[in-house]
Amino acid sequence: MKSKGKFGKYGGMFVPETLMPALEELEEEYLKLKDDEKFKEELNELLRQYAGRPTPLYFAKNMSRKYGCKIYIKREDLLHTGAHKINNTLGQGLLAKHMGKPRLIAETGAGQHGVATAVVGALLGIKTEVFMGVEDIERQKLNVFRMKLCGAEVIPVSSGAGTLKDAVNEALRDWIANVKDTYYVLGSVVGPHPYPTLIRDFQKIIGEETKRQIMEIEGKLPKAIVACVGGGSNAIGMFFDFLDDKEVELHGVEAAGLGLDTPKHGASLCKGNAGILHGSLSYLLQNNEGQITEAYSISAGLDYPGVGPEHSMLKEKNRVKYSAITDKEALDAFKEFSTTEGIIPALESAHAVAYAIKIAGDLKKDDVLVINLSGRGDKDMHLVAEALEVKI
Amino acid sequence: MSRIAEVFAKKKAFIPFTVVGDPDYETSKKIIKTMIDSGADMLELGFAFSDPVADGPTIQFADNRALDSGMKVDSAFRLIKEIRRDYSDIPIGLLVYANLVYNRGIDKFYSDAHDAGIDAVLVADIPYEEAKEYVEAADRNDVAPVFIVAQTTTDERFSRILKIAKGYIYLVSVLGVTGARGKVEEGTLELVKKVKLQTDLPVAVGFGISSKEQAKEIISAGADGVIVGSAIVKIIERNLDDVDGMLREIGGFVGEMKESI
Repeated sequence: MKSKGKFGKYGGMFVPETLMPALEELEEEYLKLKDDEKFKEELNELLRQYAGRPTPLYFAKNMSRKYGCKIYIKREDLLHTGAHKINNTLGQGLLAKHMGKPRLIAETGAGQHGVATAVVGALLGIKTEVFMGVEDIERQKLNVFRMKLCGAEVIPVSSGAGTLKDAVNEALRDWIANVKDTYYVLGSVVGPHPYPTLIRDFQKIIGEETKRQIMEIEGKLPKAIVACVGGGSNAIGMFFDFLDDKEVELHGVEAAGLGLDTPKHGASLCKGNAGILHGSLSYLLQNNEGQITEAYSISAGLDYPGVGPEHSMLKEKNRVKYSAITDKEALDAFKEFSTTEGIIPALESAHAVAYAIKIAGDLKKDDVLVINLSGRGDKDMHLVAEALEVKI
Repeated sequence: MSRIAEVFAKKKAFIPFTVVGDPDYETSKKIIKTMIDSGADMLELGFAFSDPVADGPTIQFADNRALDSGMKVDSAFRLIKEIRRDYSDIPIGLLVYANLVYNRGIDKFYSDAHDAGIDAVLVADIPYEEAKEYVEAADRNDVAPVFIVAQTTTDERFSRILKIAKGYIYLVSVLGVTGARGKVEEGTLELVKKVKLQTDLPVAVGFGISSKEQAKEIISAGADGVIVGSAIVKIIERNLDDVDGMLREIGGFVGEMKESI
């Protein structure tokens, strides 16, 4: 390994020996390709023509008027497959192709990463299998169908609570058994080195575009940026290019579920502590012995008991402020954003919208507030209808 | 001479594995005693973890049973201490996931392991790269830090692992997680021979071994010991309502396996 993959004391590569050579190979290939002009060109072309980049930085006039500051929305929800996940899967899919791996595996929670991997598998002609918790399969039937339509196989995972954590466990086990011919497309900035770094690199285009766009439109940097955090890939992608701009406040929003004072939440950074899960040292939800506890959120993409190690470092350095939003607050924001702007956010992204509304009151009229709208809400329609007790 | 070295110096070792506290504290203690009384040369004991990614479903279910019965790290150490009180000679290796060690405090974990009479600790998700603190704590507390060598381990990694490994080498015989398999994978026997050439440490082979034939094959390739886990855990799983039958079957299985090598 060229790097230890540490972010401060966090990160690293806590995996069984069987996987280490695969991680070494991945790091080596990635370091070789990431600055390769042809690879970059190929990826950029796909991001432009296939995924739909650059995404707009939309000035939300109605929200701005209502909440008293300049609110801009980074429209990752407009990307192909409906979320930022495609930035990463196109990158890793190309990497797998260059490494000559004939099989992709992925884990998925909400199904967004699964769909984004399935379409890339179809596009590049690589066989794809997606591990998904049985609970999530039930909550996200539409995405399951989309994956299958694209030719991917969806493998139900019934161990544990049947959610994202269990899907990661099964994907890792599969990878251990098939490490020679399989590329594991991890979906967030978690896992062992080099995943947190390479996935962040594939997602940092969000922040780079945002910076360029806001300078063009407003001629100044935002006062504050808000993004939701499950594993944390859309947030790190948005924040990364702004980390050195100390005047820009960065806010990461976790899932408070039924409330941070209950056990039903997904707020690893706000309520957890350091531990080792799925290959890295990071903040976790765990009991006092180190057994991992189940996370909960109305949004499947945020109920993961861990978080990317770079976020753990940014929390300790106080560079990013992490807070949490409850299911109810997220649902209110979901409705508010839909009626005010005519944009239906994913439940994950609705957490960011809710938090932005909370802090908007502290900002001045000319201050710029950017919300990373990581995904669109189509996938959540039936869940929201159920929560609002509406029959569709 | 350490308990581990003494056993391997004398004979080929049959090493049964069980999860401490599966299915509950008292039954688990009986299971472990039965394994020793039936001829186990050494024990490999696992601490239950919520997310055992190196294990297949059989051992994950065992972990869940132990956790559901209320097993804690404290009580697991206590159980081993009680075994050690009755059996002073048998070497005991521990298999554990990193978060349990990290959470307890690395040094405290190894010190507690030593106090419980544990001879060796293998942390399943600590590769060479992350091992420094763990090895130092192991050395300080006179516990052997054991490492895995797998089919995928390159020569370069292998020579680095050899510099820090003590006790024995845990050779993983399959590409994959724990769980009974029909036959010995191609390449395993070659790997055993290769590893034996390069180290004086005893080589114990585990993952996927469940029959006398497999054990024999592995020993004849030069391995010093055979570790069998899932096959034993399966017996526990099958006999949850009949502890006496469970113990009888485990005793019989351990005896036969021991005899076969």
